[in-house]
Amino acid sequence: MKFVLLAAAALATLAAALLLGPANVPLGELTTSPIIWQLRLPRALLAFLVGGALGVSGVGLQALVRNPLADPFLLGLSGGAGLGAVVAIALHLPGPWALPLAAFVGAVGAMALVYRLGLIGGAELDPRILLLGGVAVGAFAAAIMTALVSLAEATELRNAFLWLWGGFSGASWTTVLVILVYAPLPLVVLAAAARPLDLLALGEEPAQYLGADVRRLKQLVYLSASLLTAAAVAVAGVIGFVGLIVPHICRLVWGRLHHTLFPTAFLTGGIFLAAADTVARTVVAPRELPVGIVTALLGVPLFAFLLRRWTVS
Amino acid sequence: MDRELIVAVSDLTCRYAGAPRDALRAVSLEVRASEFHALLGPNGSGKTTLLRAALGLVRPLQGRAEILGRPAGDWSRRDLARVVGVVPQREENLFPQRVHETVLLGRYPHLSLFGGVRAADRAAVERALVACDAADLADRWLWTLSGGEYQRVRLARALAQEPKLLVLDEPTVSLDLRHEMELFELVRTLVDGFGLAALMITHHVNLAARFADQILILAEGRAVARGAPAAVLTRETVERVFSWPVAIEPFDGRPQMIPLRRHPS
Repeated sequence: MKFVLLAAAALATLAAALLLGPANVPLGELTTSPIIWQLRLPRALLAFLVGGALGVSGVGLQALVRNPLADPFLLGLSGGAGLGAVVAIALHLPGPWALPLAAFVGAVGAMALVYRLGLIGGAELDPRILLLGGVAVGAFAAAIMTALVSLAEATELRNAFLWLWGGFSGASWTTVLVILVYAPLPLVVLAAAARPLDLLALGEEPAQYLGADVRRLKQLVYLSASLLTAAAVAVAGVIGFVGLIVPHICRLVWGRLHHTLFPTAFLTGGIFLAAADTVARTVVAPRELPVGIVTALLGVPLFAFLLRRWTVS
Repeated sequence: MDRELIVAVSDLTCRYAGAPRDALRAVSLEVRASEFHALLGPNGSGKTTLLRAALGLVRPLQGRAEILGRPAGDWSRRDLARVVGVVPQREENLFPQRVHETVLLGRYPHLSLFGGVRAADRAAVERALVACDAADLADRWLWTLSGGEYQRVRLARALAQEPKLLVLDEPTVSLDLRHEMELFELVRTLVDGFGLAALMITHHVNLAARFADQILILAEGRAVARGAPAAVLTRETVERVFSWPVAIEPFDGRPQMIPLRRHPS
């Protein structure tokens, strides 16, 4: 039932994203207009897929570190991605792929560093050290990034900052294809980890007594969630709040079991980000707001409302 | 016919990385079906380490720990969870959940990767709840339970694993007299009625003496005494291990310990 509802909402959101926009497309030309086919449709799909990836990644990471404040970007990925992007901008690396590729490399580098830090205590990934390491690596990368930005020309600076707030203005069928090729593997790995993650909520030792291979579980979930986030960053920049708030919304509405949580977080994250992007490109048309600003402005009140409803009942 | 040998620990020595001394030193233990074993000893004597090593979570320095004839470290967690159900001392409850959901977690080692919960799993949950006298709690939220009810539910979860061995780590801590007695009686009933083996860490010398078939006393990582309660719980042993003067009196054919005052009035 919930999946039918969510699927209907997803279709409605995508339809709205196709119909709304600064350029007026007559209804009769919907199926032929290049504005729809080359701009709005790939952009809406990309926003949906990135939102879904961030929602799922947030669910996985919050379960992994057993901390409700965990966000895909809290583990140092945004810092690494931002640094990679700013380096690409500062070095004037050519080609349309330079920036996303550099961001991806930065994110994966930060992920590897945090992962290595998490192993300091031995072969077991320690969630507390992962969190601390993520914050530290993120701050370090942000410092270098800010140093680079402060030395940059004014237009470059503006580009870098806009990119850091995330957006889909660069969406194309190629970027949609990239994430379509890239996301399924980590998504399947996370889906397979759904039941062990339910057990992990009890603590690591109780989870092992109930049959979870906790050590491998932590490694797989951390790598899958981080790679999903890195892919999202590469095609859309750093979009905050989706990975933090969507998992909470889904948990409040549909419960804490991961076999429901993962699909609902994918659909809810997709709907949320596709809707936010539609708002971002229409409210101040012909200019655009960075979509990260819209997700924060929409997400925080929505979250506060749900939190209140939940604590009252 | 010999009862099935479930846990075989022999000459087990363990040390945690960086620790100055062995946490366990040459400890042996055998647990068979339909036996209730109690593990006694002061804080820090190695009781929980023995349990972890027997279940393959701590790698032994020397000696062997086997479950059903196979080294504990060779079992996958999932396979082991179908044979041994554990009620750990502590666990977290990050998210609100209902009793039947909690007990269903005990079925996870029996579920396939992407498969759903089958009728057989629901039946096992129901049986476990009934066996633990917790069937009427099924729809309650976990946080609304009393301490005694909560422990019965956790025992039901371990039972839903359909294990051959139940392991309980200080299950009656902070329970009042009635709930304490009910829990010991419940474990005894499961051992007698279902042929389960039970291994319980406890600080209740007297209840261990009343309910258990076998007692192992640990002190500073060494096995001080092992055997039937009447053989193990002598005044000398108990005084030495717990560093306190006691008297031992028989009751119902079992030894009972009475702690003495150091400064009688």
